[in-house]
This record gives sequence, structure tokens and C-alpha cells, in this order.
Amino acid sequence: MCDHCGCDGPGQEVTYHRPGQDKHHHEGHEHSHDHSHNHDHNHDHGHGSADSASRTLDIEQDILLKNRLLAERNRGWLMAKDILALNLVSSPGSGKTTLLERTIVDLKSELPFFVIEGDQQTLNDAARIDATGAPVIQINTGSGCHLDAEMIQRACRELSPATGSILMIENVGNLVCPALFDLGESAKVVVISVTEGDDKPLKYSHMFAASDLCLINKVDLLPYVDFDLEKCEQAARAVNPQLKILRISAKTGEGLNHWYDWLREHPDRKA
Amino acid sequence: MHEMSIAANILEIAEQQAAQAQARIINRIEVEVGLLAGVEISALEFCFETARMMSDLTSSSALVIHPVAGRGRCPDCRLDFPVEFFVVLCPVCGQTNVKILQGRELKVRSINVD
Repeated sequence: MCDHCGCDGPGQEVTYHRPGQDKHHHEGHEHSHDHSHNHDHNHDHGHGSADSASRTLDIEQDILLKNRLLAERNRGWLMAKDILALNLVSSPGSGKTTLLERTIVDLKSELPFFVIEGDQQTLNDAARIDATGAPVIQINTGSGCHLDAEMIQRACRELSPATGSILMIENVGNLVCPALFDLGESAKVVVISVTEGDDKPLKYSHMFAASDLCLINKVDLLPYVDFDLEKCEQAARAVNPQLKILRISAKTGEGLNHWYDWLREHPDRKA
Repeated sequence: MHEMSIAANILEIAEQQAAQAQARIINRIEVEVGLLAGVEISALEFCFETARMMSDLTSSSALVIHPVAGRGRCPDCRLDFPVEFFVVLCPVCGQTNVKILQGRELKVRSINVD
């Protein structure tokens, strides 16, 4: 069974694809639970017998321990290579891919970028990033609603991001589930656009609480929408007083210099 | 729905421990879920019902969820108080930078096996 969605059919598995390469990698249901084998159940079926003594075993184990340990391995690997890894999270349609395209094109002469794209289906985003010239790998999660540390480990092996580079991980568009799954990133960057509600930080507080930087995108559309910037920023700071907030438009370029400075000055990249 | 991942992780931990103890069947799995952990308890129960059927060891397992209420501490006046939401103000001084002490737990506490 897939540990993301409970599915067991084909077409729902996690796949990895690099533009320009024919091979698809079906990672699928290798998430290392051992259902369907090695459950030694060939004993007698005397479960309910009166002499069967039931025992309680204390476990006290973090449910997400496996993901956390893998994430820390990723973090150590990335640190050793002086790679700044950013986990970009948002609802679908906030402009993450457009922001990445623009950022890569504007900064590629000074900063090396590598990109991991996460979507349930299609290679569309990887094709867009590929057109900028940055090396990219697409993870299709099938029915899965978030990337996890194991997927990033696998994707990093295939992508081989260079020492001193910036690894952009575009998570599945979803403001709920990715908040819980550490990938080993240096920082989470939450993107919200002014075509969404300005109360989103309150509605999806887990994501805003877990993030380090908030980019409010599409500010060029402010004259046409009922979005109160101050109110949104106030809500975001109420949820997370440490959150840094930048107003940008990935389309017109407004405010992007502040985002670029943030990337240039981040201490995790020491090239 | 990340609750399916959570349910699968709970079962994986329980199965590993049960196998080590050479148990034949897992009767009950007790977990702690913090109310600030971002996990919907009813969704987790729903997912668990499906996920437990994947193994003979867990197909009749009951899931017992112990919710853990949120608590925070004000860095200024050192007061501890209940927290129900991420927008937290110290009830005494209004400080916003409250440290969350508990409520983010996601833990398998124990299993009962035969």
C-alpha cells in the first residue's frame, strides 16, 4: 500500500523524471513497509483462547521519526556541500513556478540553481524549468499530497546538485500537508498571492507557523482585487512573529531585488 | 490527506515492535496526538480503518487516540497557559512570541499484543 494515499493500484505510484531522458523511475511503493511479505502468520489460529496472555509494550516513539531521521540525513548531506535548500510551499496557482523561472533567469549568471519539482501529475513544471537551463527533476506523487524526505533523498541522488548551489524544492501545491514533513531544507518559503484571501495565514496557520519567509506574490494585481496587504501581513505575523515577509510580483519584477538579496545573503550557501 | 501517511507510520512502528516481541496479533495501539500537531483526529481514525486491513497482524487492531491539549509559555512573565490556536497572546502581558510547550505531539505510546 502506498503510504501517502492508501492506494494499491498502478498509476498511483511516485515517479521521477528528468526532461530529455526517456527513463521513468517508478519508485512507487518502496516506502519500506513490509506488508505482503514476512508476516509469519502460519501459526495455529488460537487467538481467542483463554490462555493467550495479552501484553502491553511501551513504545513512546515519534510517529514521524522515520521522516525526521531521513530529513536530518538530507540536511547533513546538503550542509556538507554548502547547498542552500529551500522548500517552496503554497496553494496551487500562487505563482511558485513563475517565480522560479524568473529567479533562475535573473540570477543564473551569479548563482547556480538546481530544481526539484513536486506535482501529483504531469511534467509541465519540469519542462518550464528545463527551458531556463537549470537542471531539474520532476517528482510525480500520484495521489500523494506532499513530498517527503525519502523522495528528496532519491531526487538528490539523480539530480546531483553542485556544491555551493541553491536547491529549489517546489512542493505539491497544498497549504496543509507539506507543513508536517521536514525534507531537510534550510528554510521553508511560503508563497501567497493577492488573488487569494488575505486571511489565509489564519486559515492555514500550520504552514505559516512552520515557514521562515513569506512571499506575497502578484502585487501588480492589487488594484483589481479586494486584498488587504496590511491585514494579511498582520495575520501572518500573529501566527509567526519571526516570519519575514516580502511583497513581490514575479511577473513585473516588483520587489524581487529583496528576494534576491535574501538568497544571496543566506548563511547556508557558502560558495 | 497526510493522515494516511500518519496512519501508515503508526502501523509500521507497531508492526516492527510486535515482530520484535514475537507477537501474533496487535489488539490495540495507543497514540498521542497533539491538538496543535496539524492532524485531524477523525481523518486519522478513518484512514487507520483502511490501512490496518493491509496486514493480518493489525487487521483487528483498535486505535486509541489520546489528544494532548496545547500549552504555551510567555517568555516575559513565564506564565504557562492553554493554547488552542497558533495566534497566541500571553493573557497577562499580551506578548505574541509565546513558546509552545506541548500540543505538537505525534507519538505511539504503547501497543497491546497477544
